[in-house]
Amino acid sequence: MTDAPDVRVIGVGNEFRRDDGVGLRVVDEIRRRDPTVAVVELDGEPTRILDAWEGADAVVVVDALRSGAAPGTIRTLRVEDGVRLPRGTGHSSHRAGVAEAVELARALRRLPHVVLCAVEGADFGPGPTLSPSVASAVDEAAEHVLAEVRRLRGGAAAAS
Amino acid sequence: MTHKAPANRTMKVDALARVEGEGAMYVEVDDGEVRDVQLRIYEPPRFFEAFLRGRRFTEPPDITARICGICPVAYQMSSARAIEDACGVEVDGALRDLRHLLYCGELIESHTLHVAMLHAPDFLGYESAIEMATDHRPEVELSLRLKKVGNNLIDLIGGRAVHPVNVRVGGFYRVPSERELRPIAERLREARDDARALTEWVSTFDFPDFEHDHELVALSHPNEYAILSGRVVSDRGLDVPETDYGNHIAEEQVPHSTALHARLLARGNYLVGPLARYSLHADKLTPIAAEAARDAGLGPACRNPFQSIIVRSVEVLHACDMALQLIDRYERPARPAIDVQPRAGVGAACSEAPRGLLYHRYEIDDDGLIVDAQIVPPTSQNQPTIEHDLFHLVEDHLDLDRDRLRDRCEQAIRNYDPCISCATHFLDLVVDER
Repeated sequence: MTDAPDVRVIGVGNEFRRDDGVGLRVVDEIRRRDPTVAVVELDGEPTRILDAWEGADAVVVVDALRSGAAPGTIRTLRVEDGVRLPRGTGHSSHRAGVAEAVELARALRRLPHVVLCAVEGADFGPGPTLSPSVASAVDEAAEHVLAEVRRLRGGAAAAS
Repeated sequence: MTHKAPANRTMKVDALARVEGEGAMYVEVDDGEVRDVQLRIYEPPRFFEAFLRGRRFTEPPDITARICGICPVAYQMSSARAIEDACGVEVDGALRDLRHLLYCGELIESHTLHVAMLHAPDFLGYESAIEMATDHRPEVELSLRLKKVGNNLIDLIGGRAVHPVNVRVGGFYRVPSERELRPIAERLREARDDARALTEWVSTFDFPDFEHDHELVALSHPNEYAILSGRVVSDRGLDVPETDYGNHIAEEQVPHSTALHARLLARGNYLVGPLARYSLHADKLTPIAAEAARDAGLGPACRNPFQSIIVRSVEVLHACDMALQLIDRYERPARPAIDVQPRAGVGAACSEAPRGLLYHRYEIDDDGLIVDAQIVPPTSQNQPTIEHDLFHLVEDHLDLDRDRLRDRCEQAIRNYDPCISCATHFLDLVVDER
């Protein structure tokens, strides 16, 4: 095969819930820096995430995280077989997200190569702006995601 | 009842699972009798009606679409048509057909999500759709395909799949060409087969023996399974123009809910949604959907809320079939919207959101600014009815152990696919035994 591997970036979040929108802001930044990268913006509903990565060789998902780390901390998680993300336990569809999408895809045996780039948020209350420490992490997160995209494109090409 | 009920207990579910939004349930049993059942809606109120005041008459379709990520089209349709009513215009012909087509996309997407991802696990004993997917892969895969066709329709006509942006007062910003609609017609034909298979699958589930006697209220249209417009009718003689519906309901506050409870004046609780639509208008389904309903064992009416999962699947099939008819007769209109000039006055409209009747009413001034707005979502209307069902369900099943009773109650709530986020101005289960 001569085709370049299909690597997509998926930004997940709610732009009106302050730091929850960081994934969307990072995707905006990626669109500006490299228009050749396929990007999708989603609200986090799991089946829409499945649709968005259908047929992709690899995806980088950018989402906000709430783990107790310092706001703006960037973490990269490679969702290889066996790695499980914590699921929102038994809650409304509004709490479902990337972890549910990954588990559903795994159950259906069509999980692509997923890299999760997560930015620690501070404030998930109503409002359109990011907290200063999260806003200042957007550039670095975009850089991180683009590096992952380059690695995945190269890596998959080398494998084919 | 012949069984001996445990004398006193409380049952609480602090955060209901597999519903749209956040709420809780509280049940109080005293001396073997159910005293109180509350569907507690604690999502913060959202104040949409208040912040619509002072906005331009052209803004409600975009602002109210934000009320719900699952049924934004319903909000766009009810709001646009209510404003058009206030301005004395009516959108018809191909533009109305396009609105109908967009709405079919939402019915397909919203219903399929509820049937397969939120409700089916109850009947098959799974914690969630994820656990169910391992054992029922073909059914989950076909549901995902179906839902995707709904998404694609909304994306194509609405401009994007989440919170569509292409609807405006008077019509659309851009209308698709006949050619642009052709590829989706092909997918809709396959979707019809998937919807038929979904209906067959859910019809094999075990349904508890439970029927209610609520007044059923839905839109009615002379030659359509009404979704977009019509008169508001009930099985007990209510028959009023959609613009007048607000005069026949009373909304009231209750302490345990940020959603208002709606009741029919001088009549009380009532039910909107798939069971009401089907029971009132099964004769208006497309022949393919009507046949699937019969094959699934549904009669001319359905009063068992647990069977709402079959009715939703039938409505998905209907929406796929209807969408194909609409595409078939579509001719691109010369202009994407008709002119709408503001004038001082009041306008109102209803449409059938996936969960039931959605009423909007706006008062605007001569400058086209909104003076007053009222939005009555389906879940507010169904909330007293859901509580009524729960009351009787608990009463009939006090012999069940705590976990099974709680599961049954949660399933009963999901029968109505409550959209808590829409209803807040809206679930966790609490049973209080003393």
